[in-house]
Amino acid sequence: MISRSPLPYIGILAIAGMVALLPFIVSSFQLAFAIGLLNFAVLATAWGLFSGPTRYISLASVVFFGIGSYTVAVVGEVMPWPAVLALAALIGGGVALVVGLATLRLAGIYFVIFTFGLSEMVRQLVTWYEVNVTLSVGRYVFLDISQTQIFWQLLALLTVVMIGAVALQRSRLGFALRVIGGDETMARHFGLNPTFAKLALFVGSSMIMALAGAIMAPRWTYIDPAIAFNITLSFQVVIMGLLGGMHRIYGPLLGAILMTFLFEALSDRFPQAFSLLLGVVFILIVYLLPNGIVGRVEELIARTRRKPDNTSAGLIGERS
Amino acid sequence: MFLFALLSGLTLGGVYALVAMGLTIQYSVSRTMNLGYGEFLIAAAFSVFVMFGAFGISPYILAILVVPVAFGVSWLIYRVMLMPIVRRARSPLALEIDSLLLTFGLLFAIMGVLLLIFGSNYTNYYYLSVPVRILDATVALNRLVSFGAAVIVGAIGYWLLMRTRTGMVLRAVSVDPVGARLVGIDVNWAAGLAYGLGGAIAALGGVLISTYMTFTAEMGVVFTMKALIVVIMAGVGHVLGALIAGMALGLIEAFVSAYLDPGLTIAVIYAVFLLALIIRPQGIFGRVAR
Repeated sequence: MISRSPLPYIGILAIAGMVALLPFIVSSFQLAFAIGLLNFAVLATAWGLFSGPTRYISLASVVFFGIGSYTVAVVGEVMPWPAVLALAALIGGGVALVVGLATLRLAGIYFVIFTFGLSEMVRQLVTWYEVNVTLSVGRYVFLDISQTQIFWQLLALLTVVMIGAVALQRSRLGFALRVIGGDETMARHFGLNPTFAKLALFVGSSMIMALAGAIMAPRWTYIDPAIAFNITLSFQVVIMGLLGGMHRIYGPLLGAILMTFLFEALSDRFPQAFSLLLGVVFILIVYLLPNGIVGRVEELIARTRRKPDNTSAGLIGERS
Repeated sequence: MFLFALLSGLTLGGVYALVAMGLTIQYSVSRTMNLGYGEFLIAAAFSVFVMFGAFGISPYILAILVVPVAFGVSWLIYRVMLMPIVRRARSPLALEIDSLLLTFGLLFAIMGVLLLIFGSNYTNYYYLSVPVRILDATVALNRLVSFGAAVIVGAIGYWLLMRTRTGMVLRAVSVDPVGARLVGIDVNWAAGLAYGLGGAIAALGGVLISTYMTFTAEMGVVFTMKALIVVIMAGVGHVLGALIAGMALGLIEAFVSAYLDPGLTIAVIYAVFLLALIIRPQGIFGRVAR
């Protein structure tokens, strides 16, 4: 189960190194698209990091993303950039800790329902604070950070996340998580602490999302609670994770790449019907690809490998 | 102020209680979580808005048309959309996750259709907005009539569930689907019926609320969330509990917006929800932990 080959790390670094040269060859329009793609890749991977092994579907990605963006909007001009990023990650992790402590020891369904409304609640709280304390709903983000810098930051974040995810999967915690995801009762009998493992993962994944939100904030110039905490983003992240397949590290990444292209095409051609088409695409994925593309491909490979046995096994081989 | 908050809380709570009753029936009988539930409410509100504008017929009479249609559509959604998922599911947990994801898609699909037709503007219309004086507070007549309708329908629904054979079948499935099958109950039929009933009740709630509330195509999520909170807080499948908790939710909302800030209602409701989850995860009225 546990492999020590450095090959995946080298592969990730090599690909990242090649992608890092992109800003020198593409147009600014293409670069903007690539930034959007990287952002979704980070979010979907972070989502899969938690939801994949635990099977707890989080519908609150945008909460942490929005927290990151808001941190930048509030302190971006008064603190050095690395400190802003650290603060964003800390606040995101802190909120995740509170939410996780309250809900992760319960059955998965409570967690899902809680995250379902969380963005609405946070949006209301932030709006209330802005209206009553700062007396204006919107904020401006004027920071001297170029598109290329945003691109590199996101790429670096994605690289770190991917390497971290591979390392995690090979670690004792990663192994414990797979046991917990398989059967929580059994995991308890082994002396594992499911709540702690889930909590650690949820906090980590949320910190990554907050970082992504912080890095993306300078692109917006203007944000208000309705933009920063828009539930559609959470929905898009879940679609991507599911499409790719959330049981593998690279599944959500694959889903993010495919979906970003699809979103671009859809929102260009049918800006009015965007949510309708999103919903339909999502329903189709749930029906046709319950384990994502990666799961489907693995199934096909397993089937072709098993074929020779089937011919001799006759009736028994008919299953699956 | 106090009396005003009490009255608006009671009238709002009546509708919440009704809507939550629909969701708890749907969820406990079919064992599938419907995140698109609130969309039925908003879709009904919009269709009444359109027909009221076109024909000038009272929304309460239009409900007689809208509610059966919602029943049919909701039933069809269960038969066509959810049945394949039910058949595929290997465990109750897998079904819960699959149905949740599927109806999350449904939420966006229905919302997308509404956005396409009506845009994202705030919509309202005026019907029976005559002030009525009760002691020293004034309430709009439409609120009172809607509250009365919610109480009557809620009571009839509760009576049907508790006193009729079909109601007993639904309750039996909600307690134990496997056992229900053993005594000859068609579980899928019951689940389809529960879905239809839930959709119909949500639509009725939408009609009632539309008479006095401003609504948008994107508001379904909020109603789904409130109904879910009530259902979980009360304990899944506990109909009377859902009615009481729904009422309480309406009152909390009204008092928060009267004394604290109208912009903090969801935050406070969430705090209550969180507290309930921590103290009694099985629900206030629920007995067995799920």
